[in-house]
Amino acid sequence: MNKITNNKAWFLVLPVFFIVAISAIIPLMTVVNYSVQDIFDPQTRFFVGTEWFEQVLGDSRLHDALIRQIIYTLSVLFIEIPLGIAVALTLPRKGWGVSASMVLLALPLLIPWNVVGTIWQIFGRADIGLGGYVINLLGIDYNYSQNPMDAWVTVLVMDVWHWTSLIVLLCYAGLRSIPDAYYQAAKIDGASRWAVFRFIQLPKMQSVLVIGVLLRFMDSFMIYTEPFVLTGGGPGNATTFLSQFLTRMAVGQFDLGPAAAFSLVYFLIILLVCWVFYTVVMNAGKREEQ
Amino acid sequence: MARIDLKSLAHSYFPDPKSDEDYALRRMEHVWEDGGAYALLGPSGCGKTTLLNIISGLLTPSHGQVLFDGKDVTHLAPEDRNIAQVFQFPVIYDTMTVYENLAFPLRNRGVDEKRVDARVREIAGMLDLTGKLKQKARGLGADEKQTISLGRGLVRDDVSAILFDEPLTVIDPHLKWVLRRKLKEIHNKLRPTMVYVTHDQVEALTFADKVVVMYGGKVVQLGTPQELFENPAHTFVGYFIGSPGMNIMDCKIDDGAAWIDGQRIGLSDRHLDAVSKQSGKIELGIRPEFLTLETGTAAKGADGVEVNIIKVEDLGQYKIATTRFGASEIKVKLGEDEQVIGQSGILRFAPEWTKLYADSQLVA
Ligand SMILES: Nc1ncnc2c1ncn2[C@@H]1O[C@H](COP(=O)(O)OP(=O)(O)O)[C@@H](O)[C@H]1O
Ligand SMILES: [Mg+2]
Repeated sequence: MNKITNNKAWFLVLPVFFIVAISAIIPLMTVVNYSVQDIFDPQTRFFVGTEWFEQVLGDSRLHDALIRQIIYTLSVLFIEIPLGIAVALTLPRKGWGVSASMVLLALPLLIPWNVVGTIWQIFGRADIGLGGYVINLLGIDYNYSQNPMDAWVTVLVMDVWHWTSLIVLLCYAGLRSIPDAYYQAAKIDGASRWAVFRFIQLPKMQSVLVIGVLLRFMDSFMIYTEPFVLTGGGPGNATTFLSQFLTRMAVGQFDLGPAAAFSLVYFLIILLVCWVFYTVVMNAGKREEQ
Repeated sequence: MARIDLKSLAHSYFPDPKSDEDYALRRMEHVWEDGGAYALLGPSGCGKTTLLNIISGLLTPSHGQVLFDGKDVTHLAPEDRNIAQVFQFPVIYDTMTVYENLAFPLRNRGVDEKRVDARVREIAGMLDLTGKLKQKARGLGADEKQTISLGRGLVRDDVSAILFDEPLTVIDPHLKWVLRRKLKEIHNKLRPTMVYVTHDQVEALTFADKVVVMYGGKVVQLGTPQELFENPAHTFVGYFIGSPGMNIMDCKIDDGAAWIDGQRIGLSDRHLDAVSKQSGKIELGIRPEFLTLETGTAAKGADGVEVNIIKVEDLGQYKIATTRFGASEIKVKLGEDEQVIGQSGILRFAPEWTKLYADSQLVA
């Protein structure tokens, strides 16, 4: 093959390179810079090597936050994905119900994060919140600012309320792309409802579900605003997830070195999980084709 | 295998149809004999798919009944009717292998695995899919996918009927020919009732013993290919079957003859008798095969209609002459060594093959 080499092409890539540099690489490098030095003021700085990393990785409070984070993210995925699929399957396929349900579903997605937190903070209060009041009326002793379990449930329910719609909409788009002939053929073939789901609907939703899982993983793994507004990470540290832990370290205690080191670790965890998940799913798809 | 009766069947997609126009299928009585190979022929939008979906149970008709061997199945679901249907575009189950795709209709009905295996291998053998049985269906080409769809339609050997809805549309011409022969073979061997929808007359005529022609939501004729050719019951059949189709011209009946643009065409008493009872628009139809064109010296003083010859196409086996008189354009089929001389000639109509239509329906 004779490839035409044309070095001028590199000039065309330059603008993109600058934009990426300014928006991503330079800020990230600053963090790297902080993570390997102990900085008192611009003149006084020491290179500390991997010390911050070691300190952070050995921090048991961080381990606790990480475990909480993993449990939280897994719960979110295990609730929102099946629930989203189930709701998408029950949505109407034609008529006025389509637009009505689309609008209704899109509403939570349009509300800013901190407002979501505020809504649920008020809604869940036993004294003035409708939700909290009703639950207590039912004879259940519910108080999210005192009881860690209640706080957890509230944060989870809030996330489910906020984000399940995203999965529903993605799945619904996947379902809508299935031609009627598939359902007709399935009827002729005598397929059960389950077989229709398993062999027609699920395969068509696969690619949108991959995107849905990735988005929900990343987002819930980085969740900050809503629990911050709702519980402030409490009671105790019950709902302190990684972001909030990090913020406390960086802004609260001003431990910039460890905070920077941890930011990098945090970033790498998300990158790694996404990459592994994506590769596994895509390879599974490819293997099937052979 | 079963005989299928359609009893005063009609269907509209609208909840409260008002005029005839709202009906995708106009009221019809029709019988599909047990073991028949039928072609259902008609232009796009005439209601072929609607009719098939009603027979298979995907659609419940708004009026009338469907009987399988005398038993009313109008309100039974497809899975309870024991019927197979193949659609126009391939439907395959992506995540399954070719084998699993073919086995799917059998396994869903709890057929035991030994029987499933035997049937799948037999059908795969017939359709040249044996080498591909272990492959995932997802990666295959459109031809192969449609062949699999066809295979799923054929794999059950206990069905009342097999319905094909333009199944070979996406398939390339050579394979199309091969598959059509296979279907014919299967029909000869097992004699299932088969209904094959197409809008391609060649396909219809090669596949079927009986051809059903639909037009505007109605069955306009049922007959053997020869009957459709010789005696079209509707102007649409005349025009649709045959290549080129029947010449159809507006005419007036007067003075014991048909008049087209001031030229006289002789009719028999049979014609005159029948047409005298008719009102409505009268048309005269004749196939290009049944016209004779005299030119040159032979035309001098010959009896017939004077025409201008517009063009002559030589199609190898035969020639097509396009002629004109007044506003009518008439095609004539000529033998390969018939000569056409000059720009004008005399056209003769064979009286026994001249047809008269009133409001598009054959009268004589
Ligand atoms: N699902 C439907 N809803 C409303 N009208 C339909 C539907 N399917 C078909 N039709 C109408 O019914 C008529 C017959 O359609 P169809 O049976 O698909 O014709 P064909 O298969 O002969 O092309 C057409 O006028 C078409 O527009
Ligand atoms: Mg059709």
